[in-house]
Amino acid sequence: MERREFLATLAAAGLASLPGCGSPPRPPLPPGDLLGSAMDLGHRLRAGDLPPPAETRRVPVLIVGAGIGGLAAGWKLARSGFTDFLIVELEGEAGGNSRSGRNEVGAYPLAAHYLPLPTREATAVRELLAELGVLQGDPRAARPRYDERYLCATPQERLYRNGWWQDGVLPLLGVSAAERQQYRRFFALMEAFRQRRDGASRAFALPMELSSRAADLLALDTLSMRDWLLAQGFDAPQLHWYVDYACRDDYGTGLAEVSAWAGIHYFACRNGEAQDAASDTVLTTPGGNGWLAQGMAQSIAARAGDRLLSGALAFRVGAADGRMSVDLWRPAQQRSLRLVAEQLIWAAPLFLVPHVFAGQAALKAAARHYSHAPWLVANLTLARFPEQRAGASTAWDNVLHDSPGLGYVVSTHQQMRQHAGATVFTYYRALSGMTPQEGRAVLQETPREAWAEQILAELERPHPDIRQLTTRLDVHCNGHAMARPLPGLIWGQARRLFAADAPRLRFAHADASGFSLFEEAQYRGVLAAERTLRRLGKPFTSSLS
Amino acid sequence: MNQALLFSVFVVASCGLAYELIAGALSSYLLGDSVMQFSTVIGCYLFAMGIGSWLSRYVERHLVARFVQVELIVGVLGGYSAAGLFFIFVWFSAPFKLALYLAVFAIGVLVGLEIPLIMRILKRDLSFKDVVSQVLTFDYLGALAVSILFPLLLVPHLGLVRSGLLFGLLNVLVALWALWLFRAQLHNAAWLRTQAFVSLAVLAGGFAAAGQFTTLAEAHLYADEVVYTEATPYQRIVLTRWKDDLRLFLNNNLQFSSRDEYRYHEALVHPGLSTLPGARRVLVLGGGDGLAAREILKYPQVESVTVVDLDPAMTQLFSTAAPLRKLNADALLSPRVSVVNEDALQWLEENDDSFDFVVVDFPDPSNFAIGKLYSAAFYRLLEKHLSAGALAVIQSTSPLYARQSFWCVVSTLESVGFVTTPYHALVPSFGEWGFVLAGRRAYKPPAAYPVDTRFLTPETTPALFQFPKDMARVDAEVNRLNNQVLVRYFESEWRQVIR
Repeated sequence: MERREFLATLAAAGLASLPGCGSPPRPPLPPGDLLGSAMDLGHRLRAGDLPPPAETRRVPVLIVGAGIGGLAAGWKLARSGFTDFLIVELEGEAGGNSRSGRNEVGAYPLAAHYLPLPTREATAVRELLAELGVLQGDPRAARPRYDERYLCATPQERLYRNGWWQDGVLPLLGVSAAERQQYRRFFALMEAFRQRRDGASRAFALPMELSSRAADLLALDTLSMRDWLLAQGFDAPQLHWYVDYACRDDYGTGLAEVSAWAGIHYFACRNGEAQDAASDTVLTTPGGNGWLAQGMAQSIAARAGDRLLSGALAFRVGAADGRMSVDLWRPAQQRSLRLVAEQLIWAAPLFLVPHVFAGQAALKAAARHYSHAPWLVANLTLARFPEQRAGASTAWDNVLHDSPGLGYVVSTHQQMRQHAGATVFTYYRALSGMTPQEGRAVLQETPREAWAEQILAELERPHPDIRQLTTRLDVHCNGHAMARPLPGLIWGQARRLFAADAPRLRFAHADASGFSLFEEAQYRGVLAAERTLRRLGKPFTSSLS
Repeated sequence: MNQALLFSVFVVASCGLAYELIAGALSSYLLGDSVMQFSTVIGCYLFAMGIGSWLSRYVERHLVARFVQVELIVGVLGGYSAAGLFFIFVWFSAPFKLALYLAVFAIGVLVGLEIPLIMRILKRDLSFKDVVSQVLTFDYLGALAVSILFPLLLVPHLGLVRSGLLFGLLNVLVALWALWLFRAQLHNAAWLRTQAFVSLAVLAGGFAAAGQFTTLAEAHLYADEVVYTEATPYQRIVLTRWKDDLRLFLNNNLQFSSRDEYRYHEALVHPGLSTLPGARRVLVLGGGDGLAAREILKYPQVESVTVVDLDPAMTQLFSTAAPLRKLNADALLSPRVSVVNEDALQWLEENDDSFDFVVVDFPDPSNFAIGKLYSAAFYRLLEKHLSAGALAVIQSTSPLYARQSFWCVVSTLESVGFVTTPYHALVPSFGEWGFVLAGRRAYKPPAAYPVDTRFLTPETTPALFQFPKDMARVDAEVNRLNNQVLVRYFESEWRQVIR
């Protein structure tokens, strides 16, 4: 959809909601806030008018960004007994895409909301889960036991399609035998990819760095997922819908744009198993992935004390006298601060690199190969569970077919309650179907009321009384939520540059993997920490081998 | 005039098919086995129509008047067929099938008369060829219209009873129209018109009162007089009475019958509590009716009974209504009892108290929300609230009707480290019912009961712990929050019982 057309639709929706336009009287829109990821600060960065630092401090290791990558780097440093580091963060609190919110109902996610059972090779993830007590017993066991409270309660997911809720996300009702045959062939092919090994490497590993580099596999990164599906004879519309949904959900962009390597990775990388759960079970909490970010932050605080400097925008990264310097703007203090570090771990998104790094022409050029998907997340606080159309009962993840949004997750799903009372629905929408620039413009221009109207209208289809029950509706916009793994990004030169090590600088963001998964961000963080410790000559036990 | 008569063929055919569909739908709704019901109802109806057509040869004179009368009888009989059959089923269930086939047969005969009569009326002005082709065309068109409207519009919006009455009204309107069309040829038009208006009034009255009628009939499905109903935010509470039998229904599920509830509550409480002479603090989860508390209060050593029931309306009802207070012997008003109206799970999570005996008396695990109350995670939470030598008893559905469900509860309790002792008792209004005692040590049944009982004796107690072959242990998975196998077992097992 064109941006203009999109805005026209919004305007129409706004007009339709005016009183006296023929529709029955509607309750007023619920109150709420429009929250962005410090958008105004980002724009000051572009304007380049931030004051020069008035003060200089030294720190041996500096980590820029307290998302999962930065927290994982700090976590690994602290676990290795190294505590001379500082993590600086633009937002008021750590967590990045794994932050959660809380109100009188309880916690709810602000973005990422689940972690699949970790793969065999995700050793650092398993180590973290064991430290948090969620993975019980040997963290490297093939089928560990997990704390029941973190395993997603049944039913995990359902799909609303043609006025009916069905179990699972793969469309089944009214799907022809020929389409089902394609489903079977597709999943058999994905299973073969999952099983395939080239020497010691799995074809599609998670973390992706451990994947096979076989030429036929890397060639998948040169075409789109849709072209690959069509080339394999997969043309079933519902299969395309399903794969498109998966791509939008994990990569923020549809199957026509996502690289086939990334698209197949989604289906073929996961081989985690559990003693006490089916292999497709995910780990989740009311606050989504907030517990993972908070767990690492607490682990750092327990070993190294307060290592976080929040509300600080890194606006210039330079190198002088064999050291790295980072200039920070602290809006609360209305002054700038220069931190001079021996080792720098850049754990912030790579779209910032061209605006922040001085010199470093190669890095800046590489960063321009990236594009980031804009996202919108809304938290709807409900006085009680809404009525619903017939079919499967309420699941944790509730997907909407033929809908601009991806669906919603239910924050109270993991709660042990006899009677489900008030709850928070977290609604997700990737602004795909337009360019990221257009999507960001839409995010900037659309008022909260227009989003609220649109989201309620969308959720009213499966839940006719949701408008009456919504007591609050907060909208969170993120213009650069995640890197888009378009063809050529994952196995191209640009990304490999960010995955490499340098004497004083390394990157610890999921962007260095080319797509935004918890496992990738945590791997990049731990890897950067281990490289840093090696440069400093500090002993450590690797979490990655 | 011919066009008008042809239109009435359309209406008459619609009504004819509608009665057939109503009888088929009603019988399959009430008796089940829809293939059997539809097939026999349609067969009987078509056969009756054949008889009606054959009988039409005996109508020799006053064709229009006879047609009008047939329409009126069909209208009233067919119109009230659904309502009447529903009443007969609810009040005297035995002759329902006889009444059904009699009604179907009678309506079939009358409908069989209609078309031949119309054809003969039309034959006066049209050729045989035209009569056959036009009448049969409208006949089949009417049938088509109703066969589409019936499932899509009529049943969903009007229901069977009102749909029947609506078609009855249409038949009477056709009769009135015929009276007007042939007003010149009829001798006794006034008398016929009176009959038609009476029929019209009878049907219209029925249509207007149909809402109340359905409520009345459905209320009767509870079998007894409904003495109390309340819809709370959590459930629908219905209390019925027949002579001295009070019955409590929550969301239409029977919770107890005052005639035999003592069997259930004695079996729930005494096998466990009578072996705990040191039990001071007792917890009841669910059980807002105070009946388990009544049994617990029989033990003088018990100092406090905490009843946690989500619904304040339940505990309020059972501490104020005289017959219910009599039933639970004012248990909820006892100074030893404290009532907590909170979510049992939340209360257990937020409270550190421990208890010497815990009664877990939740509804059967018929949905995912209640299934959580039977999960390993729940029993792990429960375990934290047991004092050193404590026991918990869990109502665990029927080991006979839902055998795997019952043993699934046992497996789940064992998976979190409990030593379990399953047992069962016969409660006539429920059937064979199951309970599980859970503790940290092996349990030994009591040699004597220190309190008054009506059902349990020390001599018959050992039999409670013996499971006959048809209730013996079967393999069952552990019920976890992330698999909810118990709800699946329970659904499939009770579905088979209900069939």
